[in-house]
Amino acid sequence: MSNLIKTAEELLQNKKVNLVIGYEKGTGSKTRPVFIRKTEEASKLVFDPEMSQNLAVYLLRPEVKKAGKTAFVATVPALRSMLQLASECQIKDRDLIAIYVKDDQNTLLFEDFKSVETFLETASTGFKPEEQELLSKLLAMSTQERFSFWTTEFEKCIKCYACRAACPMCYCHRCTTECNQPQWIAPASHPLGVLEWHLMRAMHLTGRCVNCGECATACPVGIPLNLLTYSMMESMEAEFGTKPGMKADTKYALSVYKPEDKESFIL
Amino acid sequence: MAMEIERKIYKNSSPDAIVERLLKAGKKVTAPVRSGKTVDFREIKSPSEIEYKTLTTIQSAKKVAFPKVDRVVEFEVLKNSVNTLEIDFEAYPEQVLFGARPCDAAGFVPLHAIFNWDYADQFFLKRYEKTAIISFACSTADEYCFCTSVGGNPGNTEGSDIQITRTGNDQFLVEIITPKGKAVSALFDDLLVPETEKTEKEKFLSDVPGAFDFDKVYNKLSSIFENPVWEEQASRCLGCGACAFVCPACACFDFQDEKSLKKGSRLKLWDSCGFSGFTIHTSGHNPRESQGDRWRQRVMHKFSYMPHRLQVRGCTGCGRCSRACPVDMNIKEHISQIESL
Repeated sequence: MSNLIKTAEELLQNKKVNLVIGYEKGTGSKTRPVFIRKTEEASKLVFDPEMSQNLAVYLLRPEVKKAGKTAFVATVPALRSMLQLASECQIKDRDLIAIYVKDDQNTLLFEDFKSVETFLETASTGFKPEEQELLSKLLAMSTQERFSFWTTEFEKCIKCYACRAACPMCYCHRCTTECNQPQWIAPASHPLGVLEWHLMRAMHLTGRCVNCGECATACPVGIPLNLLTYSMMESMEAEFGTKPGMKADTKYALSVYKPEDKESFIL
Repeated sequence: MAMEIERKIYKNSSPDAIVERLLKAGKKVTAPVRSGKTVDFREIKSPSEIEYKTLTTIQSAKKVAFPKVDRVVEFEVLKNSVNTLEIDFEAYPEQVLFGARPCDAAGFVPLHAIFNWDYADQFFLKRYEKTAIISFACSTADEYCFCTSVGGNPGNTEGSDIQITRTGNDQFLVEIITPKGKAVSALFDDLLVPETEKTEKEKFLSDVPGAFDFDKVYNKLSSIFENPVWEEQASRCLGCGACAFVCPACACFDFQDEKSLKKGSRLKLWDSCGFSGFTIHTSGHNPRESQGDRWRQRVMHKFSYMPHRLQVRGCTGCGRCSRACPVDMNIKEHISQIESL
């Protein structure tokens, strides 16, 4: 029996949590999210670092909040999402336990934000090699080439909003794209509507996106959306020195004012 | 539309020559095209663009008659009145959907039933009238396919005007199924030869094992409206519209107006019952409050309401929703589970 199953069983048995969100074997070669409420169901849990979704997307669900104390299996991006949600006052310290799977025999339990922060100081938070390659290609392009790259990619978009649904930071009850008095974003999936949607989403995720890549993984037509927020993230770090999801009390650079904030980029 | 299926043989290593004829005749041809890792239906200008090797495209082919964005009326505001400009149906293209799978072609049957139900939706019907569907029978299948459980099969001709089956390296069986198919086949009839020896088509089709019994599921659904299974199955559902948008039979749409000060247009856009906003009232009340309620609607609509009210199945077993789902909401697995309740 893997250590993950044992850990989950103990948490449920000892009533430390009422719910464990983890992964189970899905159909074919897939793994998928699973909600474990009973000790005897914990044996369903599996872990595959290659295919692990960011389960932080479920943390703000009404049924999860209702469940009371919850544990969730967290990868590094999921831990960062957790801290980012904390910094946005969406979750409280000690309401959640994060289970980090090191390998089959070793799991780490994080019961408070402080311990997550300490762990993340030395964790690797980079891109996958194939993403890095595409990103380097993109950065080497001229503005025009890059625009044409995204125009071609966006032609595929059907506005199913899987990117939004899979994103732990897209938790607005009413997304801007659904506001129609006035209509900020054209709802159609024609070129303008698609461009407006993805630009708006990238802007709203600036300095909040932890680069988990779920938007791109979820996209049924394969648009590498996570690369879109990347340079926004870089700029925020360069201009304001903040990296999202590393501290539970990060003040969001775009909503606080500091006298020493740079103004050099304001036209 | 009923006519006896005409069977002919096309001797060549690839159907490219047929496509050439279609293009030459000025048809708008939509076929599977590869772009990076994905294959989807796109308009082609040359047969070399076609990806023949793929089993299914990510999206269904419904867009040829039910585009993701369809203009239904344009209007302009004059001094004391509003002038509306109706859509010119004549401008819809004469088109051929080439290389669709039988499960795609079959999807036009439920679509046609829905768009003809209480209101004859001219935007769909006029496009569909001008569309000939040339499907390819399947010689392969994957773990998501279950056409045989919903009345289809890898060589199902329902919904197709012409069906092509590869019967050898240099040979295809061409079945001309409808008068529309007959008219299109006239464009390449000289490339075909009569079938002298009856082809055993079944020998060249893939094997798709049955997953569940449709009638049993249909009967079961009438008694499980209130059942925990809906919440259980939908607990991981993220509430996006990927499943509905890639589905060959999902027909829900929304109207949105796009306007500037003086003019605008009304658009018919794809919508999905999986979205939380799909049923929300202006009061804020949502009759389908949880994702479980919405998932139930999706299953009920396809496997109960449509068969009951329109005598068509709302699912063709193509498996696209299961392939597209970011959290593995596998319809074949879920319906099988419902059958065994």
